[in-house]
Amino acid sequence: MSQADSSPQTYAQTPLGDWHRSGGAKMVPFAGYEMPIQYESIVSEHHACRNAAALFDVSHMGRLRFDGDGSEALLDRLLTRRVTDLPVGGVRYGMVCNQDGGILDDVLVSHLKTPSETRYHLLVVNASNREKIVEWIKPLLDDFPRVTFSDRTELTAMIAVQGPLAMETCKRLFSFDPSRLKYYQARITDQFSKPVIVSRTGYTGEDGFELVVRAEEATRVWENLLLAGRDVGFVPAGLGARDTLRMEAAMPLYGHELDETVDPITAGLNFACNLEDRDFIGRDAIAAVKSAGPRRVRIGLLPGGRRPAREGCDVLSSDGQVIGKITSGGPSPTLGFPIAMAMVDAEHATASEFEIDIRGKRSPATRTKLPFYRRPQK
Amino acid sequence: MSRDKSKLLYAETHEWVDVAEEGGQKIATIGISGFAIEQLNDLVYMELPEVGKTIDAGEEFGEVESVKAVSPLYSPVGGEVIEVHAELPDNLDQLNDDPYDFGWIVKLKIVDESALENLMDFAAYEKQCAESG
Repeated sequence: MSQADSSPQTYAQTPLGDWHRSGGAKMVPFAGYEMPIQYESIVSEHHACRNAAALFDVSHMGRLRFDGDGSEALLDRLLTRRVTDLPVGGVRYGMVCNQDGGILDDVLVSHLKTPSETRYHLLVVNASNREKIVEWIKPLLDDFPRVTFSDRTELTAMIAVQGPLAMETCKRLFSFDPSRLKYYQARITDQFSKPVIVSRTGYTGEDGFELVVRAEEATRVWENLLLAGRDVGFVPAGLGARDTLRMEAAMPLYGHELDETVDPITAGLNFACNLEDRDFIGRDAIAAVKSAGPRRVRIGLLPGGRRPAREGCDVLSSDGQVIGKITSGGPSPTLGFPIAMAMVDAEHATASEFEIDIRGKRSPATRTKLPFYRRPQK
Repeated sequence: MSRDKSKLLYAETHEWVDVAEEGGQKIATIGISGFAIEQLNDLVYMELPEVGKTIDAGEEFGEVESVKAVSPLYSPVGGEVIEVHAELPDNLDQLNDDPYDFGWIVKLKIVDESALENLMDFAAYEKQCAESG
């Protein structure tokens, strides 16, 4: 056991910070914020999300708004995904890359329309990358003088409601019924005349939605959602369960599966690149990787036995050669055994048997298809 | 037998030690405190040392894993491993309910007794826990 780190440092609070603390959350520093890692237990919060629904405070994620003519063109240049043909109400997953194709961040872009018919784009970026992405965008603005760019992160809060009962339970909480949205659609509605962006997206492998509300409305909306789901098992959940849920769904996490040394093709995110229809930053480098084939590949592994293989463990071929590393790994509460994602040399990626060096001990592992978990279809 | 947690010695790193005389030898039984188990939460794996291994005071002798993280276990005293609690890794859920009896992890034949002087009594350990929240 280690001793607690008591180094004094201050972290930003989300608008729900007081609620978390009074709700008994264990708080940890994360990307400059103090965030709940768990309330009761990671495992019980994980199961609640798979069986009912869980609420996540994701206000630490960056929310960047683009208004005015040229926003689409700017985003088309910035993102691996085409934005000019994104209809109002559409959401797309894409990446921001550098000239070499290295991933600076993975993001969601939404095309929204206010009740007064103002159209704008909202880019949701990872908390840890927000400042970097803001600085990356600034020089682009010179070419698009009619675009107004604003960082809305601190003025707003973001709440994810994820689980099989999320939609049904929350149907009537807003002026617009979110279950009428298709997957990857979003719109602006309201609750008690206060604006709410609702988006049918998430990071758990479950159905559900994400909300953006004004910071001062966050606690009221959060409590409303919890109350609505009280009798069917809604719970607040922390970053711990968010991580085990996204791992089971094989969703990449920036800083683990993705970073500036990885391009979208190597990361296995071909679907989130539109290479043919336009130029964007990093396009040529990504197209070159696509035509030559990636040198490394992201695969899923099932470590034998019960000992989890964690990020950073070496992955070896069955003849004992180091061929890659675990990028994320841990126990899977849904499956009941450990799971891991690894980045390995492409030539070995189709093997079925591997070994993992878990802190000095070799442990066998079998390759498996991703995702590890897929929600039952209705 | 029921071990009284208020009579045990504790390391800063949350291991407890029960020292007893057995056949003229001083034997240390080592586990982790209820406070630590509560903090770790959701335990999934434990790695035990091999019987016969010699461990110095303060040396890592095994590890315990929660869903989120791996925590090394440090030996509060120096000695030779004479027994390990082999059923424990498969019954980690019981560790929660019974950290001081069922929850023993290893028994050492004490070689270096001096490290015992650096350990805390229960009152001092409770104070440390209260301060770390």
